[in-house]
Amino acid sequence: MIHASIAELRAALDARSLSAVELATLFLDRIERLDGQINAFITVDRERALRDAEAADAAIAAGRAGPLTGIPLAHKDVFCTEGVLTTCASKMLANFVSPYDAHVVARLREAGTVMLGKTNMDEFAMGSSNENSHFGPTRNPWDVSRIPGGSSGGSAAAVAARLVPVATGTDTGGSVRQPASMTGVTGIKPTYGVCSRYGMIAYASSFDQAGVFGATAEDCALVLSAMAGFDERDSTSLDRPAEDYARDLRAAADPDRPLAGLRIGLPREFFGDGMADDVRAAVEAAIARYRELGATTVEVSLPNARLSIPAYYVLAPAEASSNLSRFDGVRYGHRAARYADLDDMYRKTRAEGFGAEVKRRILVGTYVLSHGYYDAYYLKAQKLRRLIADDFAAAFARCDVIAGPVSPTTAWKIGEKSDDPVQMYLSDIFTLAVNLAGLPGLSLPCGFGAGELPVGLQLIGNHFDEARLLNVAHRYQQVTDWHQRRPALAE
Amino acid sequence: MSLSLADIHNIATLARIELSGDDAAATLDKLNGIFGLIEQMQAVNTDGVEPMSHPQDCAQRLREDRVTETDRRDAFQRIAPQTEAGLYLVPKVIE
Repeated sequence: MIHASIAELRAALDARSLSAVELATLFLDRIERLDGQINAFITVDRERALRDAEAADAAIAAGRAGPLTGIPLAHKDVFCTEGVLTTCASKMLANFVSPYDAHVVARLREAGTVMLGKTNMDEFAMGSSNENSHFGPTRNPWDVSRIPGGSSGGSAAAVAARLVPVATGTDTGGSVRQPASMTGVTGIKPTYGVCSRYGMIAYASSFDQAGVFGATAEDCALVLSAMAGFDERDSTSLDRPAEDYARDLRAAADPDRPLAGLRIGLPREFFGDGMADDVRAAVEAAIARYRELGATTVEVSLPNARLSIPAYYVLAPAEASSNLSRFDGVRYGHRAARYADLDDMYRKTRAEGFGAEVKRRILVGTYVLSHGYYDAYYLKAQKLRRLIADDFAAAFARCDVIAGPVSPTTAWKIGEKSDDPVQMYLSDIFTLAVNLAGLPGLSLPCGFGAGELPVGLQLIGNHFDEARLLNVAHRYQQVTDWHQRRPALAE
Repeated sequence: MSLSLADIHNIATLARIELSGDDAAATLDKLNGIFGLIEQMQAVNTDGVEPMSHPQDCAQRLREDRVTETDRRDAFQRIAPQTEAGLYLVPKVIE
């Protein structure tokens, strides 16, 4: 049952061959047994999970079950969960019990999901390795001496190790796609504005977007459909008709060439020498498979893609410096024990509460917004953002989806890049541009590199093309089994 | 664009983050590395390019000027470090 898809779990729950309480218990026991090796969870709330599971069982018995009623899940600890610790993996919020639910959390609760706990992450979503956590690093279930990716490393690792069938994440510069790639699961970040950011503790407001991890595109589609939707409490939430993101997956297609007519764009800048050989081999094999499924490929160009690194590392820290100014020890979270005056209280609270990477990004952001530097840095980066978005628009005139790698390498060893922030930032080269342009992006498992480490294929869609992206991933998953491989954990 | 120790201290003051002597030196080093990366932006001519602040160029939505929030002060203050009579307590500012 732990490897079952959501559809299979739904069938078992509706047939009453398994109760939601039994299912939740199965995963909770698994978390208890195995999470010590991985550290994917910051908080596990067994009592609440079992209460929610009982409510789900009642709904199922009364014939009121929806597609997700009774399905266990985990939330990245960046989402506010009412009555439950919400830490952002930071000392600053280590004592923060949220008084409200994030919109996405409320929607998934209304859909009947059973939250098992809150997952580990890079502090305030800033990182690509899950090493920047106040609660210790999360380990990659495929090799526990290695990173799972970040910042949603806990959610990715939890799904990879089947501690939970699905988990939410957030993606500001790649933080769903990259850990999905590193841990061999499927992960999607929808178009900016599709999921409400209300209650999703802010890092960079014009980039942040909620996403989901699952074993398959199909599972991701089911959860995304419940998460998405207009919320008037988020002023950047888009008011669009509700979508069933799994609709294309159910559509009949020529079994031999289910993707006939699909044009896949391959950006020449993504296929230069920026990929390790083992990553290249897996990505190119996947593209060859897509041609067998009926797709054609066309070379496209994203000439300003390389500038996505400096542009992002100006804009995101700038927005972060503003967003994190709320953490001052006054209304919630950590407050320094000793201080001389109010200013000293702020300075000490923030010095004590934030980890090194968060402090670095706040300082970078403060600088680029400061008098005399705004034009050269912040404004310049916003202009580059326009150029990058225009590159994608031009590319999508010639193709339907864009494909490429997610990460230049497979998962590196814990500690290998943590001393040099710039090395870490450079590894984001294939994911950042998608957030700058606000486009939907997905990572699906497409093979393994040296040392049996997962490799992900990135699919990028035009605005609001999530259903097609998920279908393109799904058809590949119908003819391959990378997404069914499981890491061997000491049981 | 190379920052100095004085720059770091200025930025830390603006950001309200206390930075000790040792921390400041280490931070200076790492930040100069990051700014080296950011300098790559200057290689591209962006004259005449409109800045983009929102990925779909949307403007902020406006709403009616009506009170819609409920008073949840008790719930919110339950988790505050120090409160009294519905107020948040901080060190004295006004002498």
